[in-house]
Amino acid sequence: MDQLNLIWQGLPSLLSGTLVTITLTIYFLALGFILGILLALGRVYGSNFLKLLIIRPFERFFRAVPALVLLFLFYFGSSFFHVEISAFMAAILAMGLRSAAYQSQIFRGAIQSIGKGQMKAARSIGMNTFQSIRYIILPQALRLSIPSWANEYAVVLKDSSLAYAVGVTELLRQGRYIVARTFGNALLIYTVCALIYFILVFVGNQTLKILEEKYKIPGYEIKTKKDQSVLERI
Amino acid sequence: MPNVILRAENVYKKYGKLEVLKGISFQVKQGETTVIIGPSGTGKSTLLTCINQLTPPDKGHIWLEDTEITNPNTDINIIRSSIGMVFQHFNLFTHLSVLDNVRIGLLVVKKTPMKEATEISMGKLNEVGLGDKIDAYPAELSGGQQQRVSIARALAMNPKLILFDEPTSALDPELIGEVLNVMTKLAEIGMTMVVVSHEMGFARAVANDIIFMEKGVIVEEGKPDKMFNDSENPRTREFLHKITELYGGKTE
Repeated sequence: MDQLNLIWQGLPSLLSGTLVTITLTIYFLALGFILGILLALGRVYGSNFLKLLIIRPFERFFRAVPALVLLFLFYFGSSFFHVEISAFMAAILAMGLRSAAYQSQIFRGAIQSIGKGQMKAARSIGMNTFQSIRYIILPQALRLSIPSWANEYAVVLKDSSLAYAVGVTELLRQGRYIVARTFGNALLIYTVCALIYFILVFVGNQTLKILEEKYKIPGYEIKTKKDQSVLERI
Repeated sequence: MPNVILRAENVYKKYGKLEVLKGISFQVKQGETTVIIGPSGTGKSTLLTCINQLTPPDKGHIWLEDTEITNPNTDINIIRSSIGMVFQHFNLFTHLSVLDNVRIGLLVVKKTPMKEATEISMGKLNEVGLGDKIDAYPAELSGGQQQRVSIARALAMNPKLILFDEPTSALDPELIGEVLNVMTKLAEIGMTMVVVSHEMGFARAVANDIIFMEKGVIVEEGKPDKMFNDSENPRTREFLHKITELYGGKTE
């Protein structure tokens, strides 16, 4: 009973922590989405100068350096340049840019998997490059990206717990406060935290699955082996 | 004397060291159909994409009526919107319904109001016999139906000229007829067309002019009658003989 009571009393602060976690995740994903698409388009349609000197080094760097190191670099490194940024802001920059590097790979793969004929056809009816990308390429690429993007969503959501290390009071830090206040209920409280993360990932992935289903192109579904007839499998 | 819609002068195109087009000149008059034939790898498709600048030529000039397409100051998107193109593999926009495939050019490029764009598109889809398929998606259609949608997509822009790049080569034999029928109908109502095709029956019946290309140059050009029965160049005779055996068209 004591344990239940403890959870009940800790719930408001855990939920406010959850709200911070969700807010962080939305910022990470949004920054990563917008920048990721731009990077991917640059990788596919941009000049060599852009590709070799800006996009590739950016992607390499943010994919090669551990998330925690990025967080420290942005948070503690900023004071070196005499810029004052909050832990929250540092987290958004570090994790958002990191997600952009990963998301750009997702979008680049999707864009490149669309047949060259689509672009040709769009240009042949008089669309300029921007219109072709906006109306023909991206709508198809984004649909193809949903499954891999669901993966990125789960990773980013869970990695938001690293913001703990620079002092952002997200879900895990709220949990840690309760553990510290009540002396040794670590297993119980962290289990509740784990459960909340699980629910967030689960709900998010379910939502994306519904989205995928809603926007699937009729006659163009990716068939699973089970749906195929024997003849088609040969 | 019908006026000239398309005029190409000395068009050159190189891919790396490979010279694909070595000085092509020809013209197409209003309402006429020109069929380009020739062995594969001869530059027929490249010539078509040079016309609408999907692959800009290295040298030479091309005019659409009085506008020089190859002039760098010409707004190529406006030119392209008045030159339709039909591809071998249809290239319909897979994420759009049949109706949207046809009207998206009007909506995005010509900024036509939705109601009018829909009316025009419906008209063109009826013309190609697909008025009942407007809500279908490309992957749900047969190859012949897809190709007819792509013809409707080209027609919707009200083009001065339509380029056909082997429009029936990717189709099952029993689906070729429905596409050729639509093209024949277009020729009858006076659409100007440049067609790369090996359909000799179609060429013989519909073409005003046949161009035989080989190795990047025009070997011979003339009326179908002359080309089929009385061609000057032995190479033309040989090719036409072989291709007629393969694709038929002798018994027209």
